[in-house]
Amino acid sequence: MYQFFFDLTGNVIISTLAVALVPLICVLLVTLFGVWLERKVSAWMQDRVGPNRIGPYGIFQCVADFVKMLQKEDAVSSEVDGVLYNIAPVLVFAGSFAAFAVIPFASTIIGSQVEVGLFYMLAASSFVVAGILMGGWSSNNKYSLLGSMRSAAQIISYEIPTALVVLSMVMLMGTLNLTQISEMQTGNFWHWNIFGGPGWALSKFLLIPFMVVGFIIIFISTLAEVNRTPFDIPEAESELVAGYFTEYCGMKYGMFMLAEYGNMFAVSLLVSVLFFGGYQSPVGYLGNVLGIKWLVSLEQFSWFFAKGWFFIFVQMWLRWTLPRLRVDQLMTLCWKYLIPYAVINLVIIGIISLL
Amino acid sequence: MQKDGIEFMREYLKNTWDGIYTVLVGMRITFKHLFTPAVTIQYPEVKVKLPDRVRNRLYVNIDDCIGCDQCARACPVSCIEIDTVKSIPGEDLGITSNGKKKALWVTRFDIDIAKCCYCQLCVFPCPTECIYMTDVYEFSEYERANLLYKFSALNQDEAAQKKVNYEKFQAEKEAQKAAAAAAAAKPKPETPAQPSAN
Repeated sequence: MYQFFFDLTGNVIISTLAVALVPLICVLLVTLFGVWLERKVSAWMQDRVGPNRIGPYGIFQCVADFVKMLQKEDAVSSEVDGVLYNIAPVLVFAGSFAAFAVIPFASTIIGSQVEVGLFYMLAASSFVVAGILMGGWSSNNKYSLLGSMRSAAQIISYEIPTALVVLSMVMLMGTLNLTQISEMQTGNFWHWNIFGGPGWALSKFLLIPFMVVGFIIIFISTLAEVNRTPFDIPEAESELVAGYFTEYCGMKYGMFMLAEYGNMFAVSLLVSVLFFGGYQSPVGYLGNVLGIKWLVSLEQFSWFFAKGWFFIFVQMWLRWTLPRLRVDQLMTLCWKYLIPYAVINLVIIGIISLL
Repeated sequence: MQKDGIEFMREYLKNTWDGIYTVLVGMRITFKHLFTPAVTIQYPEVKVKLPDRVRNRLYVNIDDCIGCDQCARACPVSCIEIDTVKSIPGEDLGITSNGKKKALWVTRFDIDIAKCCYCQLCVFPCPTECIYMTDVYEFSEYERANLLYKFSALNQDEAAQKKVNYEKFQAEKEAQKAAAAAAAAKPKPETPAQPSAN
């Protein structure tokens, strides 16, 4: 994509900005639509109506909220640690936004063709912890501090099962490049990793149950990494007001929200790249049949978004189904259940991939 | 030791299974509710049917009012104020719907609905059933003065006119009385009129 813009404009800066703009717009739209969907899904699950006043089905409710947020006064408490307080929301958002650089939205739409894409993505998304800790500490508020401490403990713990599952996938696929991982699952949906990957060897059928286990583990652990219910102890409303962003208001608060929904989308896309073929269509492309090149890209983009939205929906579904875990339950789930299963899964997948 | 290990593993696997299974059960329930129609009644557009005997805004059918003041006296918060003027002979006020003859001009019938406590005590004494509760419950106002409901059919000028008429009539009557008294007194000028004589 960078090359395309570079050929178009012949300017390094403009083409870089243009490449960065695509995921930025995606994140903004995902946040706007995501907040709306969250409210609608929660309403429907509780037999309510949800926002329905602004626009059809209240679809512009979030636009109105966003405008309100933009024009709010930036009220800062006099006791905050000024520099850290102001940097924190930017860092959090930058961390979640940076992850989008290596996500292939289609075979041609990717910010950067990095060979260590998966590694980069895990690293960039754990960068969020620094921002959260900064925000919690500099707010000079006990709830913020507690929230950020919990968040740090949680994110760092749940990195381990995530990393173990990612490791097993990397062992199987032999690459860290997200585009290549997606390309290897091309064809029909039974070539996706959740169904054991491409080919019809015996190992494919042996892999299926372990892939499902791996998928469940990475889904749970990424859910915990993005601080969402049932793992939302860092921002538990009933205990900590709003957790690490209690003291923030206006657009700084908006940045945290953007980061949260950006992260949700990023991990949904990561899961779909690893297990559900990334941007690959489950049934083949209309563009290939008709011989139109750009239509293929468009279809891939749509499929990828559909998968991402599906996992976001599942995250919301879980949020409105399950109550919040206690801190000790959270740690028990991670260290006593997810990590042992992930390790065993890793070993078994390793043995099968040797076959 | 061996048994403890097996026991532990069994419990561990059971916990794992229970964890996954119960989450799925919960998800099935919430998924069902995703398609359940909302129970919300969207108030300004949709209104719940009120029970038959609700007590809301008072209304006075002034055509039936005979100005008996019983409702004002029944009111525990004194929110009804009624002024009446007697009619003079020759004025036909008509009859109420249940056949009572009206004898009083109701020059003022004010209900301060802001004071009203919706006890409905004013409704029962009314002999003509002209004051009653309606099913209107949306009558908020920006000005408190707008909550003073005036039910009298007469405007201020008419009310004043009725009062003047009555006073004139009364004065005429007094004059007639005086004249009659004077006429009656004439034949016996030696005995002045005394209260005990009547």
